[in-house]
Amino acid sequence: MQYIGYKGNELTYMETPTLIIITLLCATGAYILGRNRASNIAYRAGKKNVLHSLPYYYGVLSALWCVLPCLFIVLAWNLLDDYVVHTAIVKLLPGSVQALPDSEIELMVNTVINNALYPNALIGSNPPDYILQAGQDYLRWQQLSQLSLTVVVLISLGLAFSLGWLWIKPKVHARQQVERVFQWFLLFCASIAVVTTIGIVLSVLFESLRFFQSVNLFDFIFGTHWSPQTALRIDQVGASGAFGAVPLFLGTLLISFIAMLVAVPAGLMSAIYLSEYASPRFRATVKPILEILAGIPSVVYGFFAALTVAPFIRDVGDLLGLDVSSESALAAGLVMGVMIIPYVSSLSDDVIKAVPQSLRDGSLGLGATQSETIKLVVIPAALPGIVSGILLAASRAIGETMIVVMAAGLAAHLTVNPLESVTTITVQIVTLLVGDQEFDSPKTLSAFALGLMLFIVTLILNYVALYVVRHYREEYE
Amino acid sequence: MNSNSGYNGLFDPMLAPGRTLDFAQQGLSNKTVGNPFSEKAKMSVRNLNVYYDNKQAIHDVSLDIKRNEVMAMIGPSGCGKSTFLRCLNRMNDTLDNCRVEGEVTLDEHNIYDRKQDVVPLRARVGIVFQKPNPFPKSIYENVAYGPKVHGLVSRRAQLDEIVEDSLRKASLWDEVKDRLFSPGTGLSGGQQQRLCIARTIAVSPEVILMDEPCSALDPIATARIEELMAELSQNFTIAIVTHSMQQAARVSNRTAYFHMGRLIEVNDTRRVFTNPEHELTEAYITGRFG
Repeated sequence: MQYIGYKGNELTYMETPTLIIITLLCATGAYILGRNRASNIAYRAGKKNVLHSLPYYYGVLSALWCVLPCLFIVLAWNLLDDYVVHTAIVKLLPGSVQALPDSEIELMVNTVINNALYPNALIGSNPPDYILQAGQDYLRWQQLSQLSLTVVVLISLGLAFSLGWLWIKPKVHARQQVERVFQWFLLFCASIAVVTTIGIVLSVLFESLRFFQSVNLFDFIFGTHWSPQTALRIDQVGASGAFGAVPLFLGTLLISFIAMLVAVPAGLMSAIYLSEYASPRFRATVKPILEILAGIPSVVYGFFAALTVAPFIRDVGDLLGLDVSSESALAAGLVMGVMIIPYVSSLSDDVIKAVPQSLRDGSLGLGATQSETIKLVVIPAALPGIVSGILLAASRAIGETMIVVMAAGLAAHLTVNPLESVTTITVQIVTLLVGDQEFDSPKTLSAFALGLMLFIVTLILNYVALYVVRHYREEYE
Repeated sequence: MNSNSGYNGLFDPMLAPGRTLDFAQQGLSNKTVGNPFSEKAKMSVRNLNVYYDNKQAIHDVSLDIKRNEVMAMIGPSGCGKSTFLRCLNRMNDTLDNCRVEGEVTLDEHNIYDRKQDVVPLRARVGIVFQKPNPFPKSIYENVAYGPKVHGLVSRRAQLDEIVEDSLRKASLWDEVKDRLFSPGTGLSGGQQQRLCIARTIAVSPEVILMDEPCSALDPIATARIEELMAELSQNFTIAIVTHSMQQAARVSNRTAYFHMGRLIEVNDTRRVFTNPEHELTEAYITGRFG
């Protein structure tokens, strides 16, 4: 364990970063030596093909011999070290302390460590002797642990180095071995995203389950009233909380729908124009500009929506004699639609461009017009890509928060009238989790339940779209 | 190809002895030997010049294609024969950098006329490309595509009839009649090319242009397409570009030899392959270059 700022007693051990640097240096050395040794073997044999693989692979193999075991030891040590030291500290504390509940013991262990590391940090506090004593022991173990780690790593480096050296023989299939290691490494990288996703889903799921212990699942899904105020004191009046998520879902759908209504036609049409009709020069100028739209931070769109579009819509509404609230779903949806145009247009443009020219020629050669060719041949062939662009845009719209906070408001109205103020799931999650919160109240936990619902809805949406695409796609080549 | 540069990598100097090289480079005249003109012309081309940007690809070519004949165009790579073919139904219009000068008439009507609409033109002059390019739709939809966009049919039964008839003419019907609604891209290369021919026939064109239609096919599929061409020539006028001199000799009535953007010689196919008039034609068909 490395603590930032720890400048305690003289350090007689090497810290983990130093060890890793030494290991990497050794690996570099092993690579060069291994490659040379392999070259020398080949040279001395005087024949071609005496080595199974190229010398380079023997070098890499030697380097891997150094890196992998040491890395494993350092990682495992640091993981276990924490646990072992904590258990040991607990053992040192007097019996009265050990009898305390787990959370308080944890607190005590932290006090011990803090006192040991920063003896003068807590002015005025006067910790009991057993804490100071345990702190001293903690420091000693800490040092001992690092010292033995250093020794173990250095020994295994030496061992691995010599083993790797001896391992270099003409018959060794170095290339296959190196490639196998790299395959595992690639698999490891690929699994990072998967493992993270599973972790996130599980944590959201478990917190949601806690929420559903206090609020009925059906009340949550089908309830039409959202007012997540819970009583801070037991005797507080009128704040029992209502967790009906329907207004939030409806608000989310309404705003996303308006946004897609703007983004899909505008994006698709601009993609068709850019890829099929525009001159190369026009395309080269306009496409980057369109993509800049995607680079504008959504908070900028947010105040554009709140300060320009929303008042404009309200004024127009007044002229027409309509009752428009100053924060409206329409304003948020329109601006959000503009924001996601580039997602639709840029991706669609790419997939339309990727449709082979020979298909267009075939259609034009039959006497179809350019628009018939686009409608009947190009778009159907590009459909899977277009749909995935639209899906990406839709998930951006559903997940967007800033614009809605600023332009559509926070009030959870159950309405499909785009001229009224609504709120969305993401906005509610933000408001629920901002500020000091207690983590055992349904108010806070409802954020996780909302997150879970959002996740499930997007998942279903993606799945349905994929299914549709797979059924209607026209596969070329 | 630049008109003045002469030899520019078309022939391998290792294979071609000095004499051939020299005379392939000789100042080429734009005059065509043989008999390019005919009384019974379906399409006639007069003084055609084609440029890609500033490079001239076709030099002053004049040629008649007779009704119901098979006209083969041969010549080394880059000689302009495909460019010439694509001028006959204005497929070159799709290329931004292509410029066409001269006159091409179909039944004595200039297709490069300002008022000419390319849509009906391409319905009358169909084209089959080098690589089979069926649409990623069902076999039925592929053939029905043309009649549908041209509004040739009003009832499903009529469409069915056209599809069956076209597939029969392309001698593909027996192979696909049980799977008309499976994707056209799932057929073999030769079948795909016959599907493309059926697709072209379905709009009942008067002329069919074929741009190396067999170059992506194996010998058996090629033989089927060649048989087909003989049958088709009873109803259609066919112009075919080919790299295979044997194919030209087998399927065509007349053969035109192109060289570096010029039409060197046009004659009856038998004459071209037995007794060519021009020494370049002779050099090419005897395999001295190309």
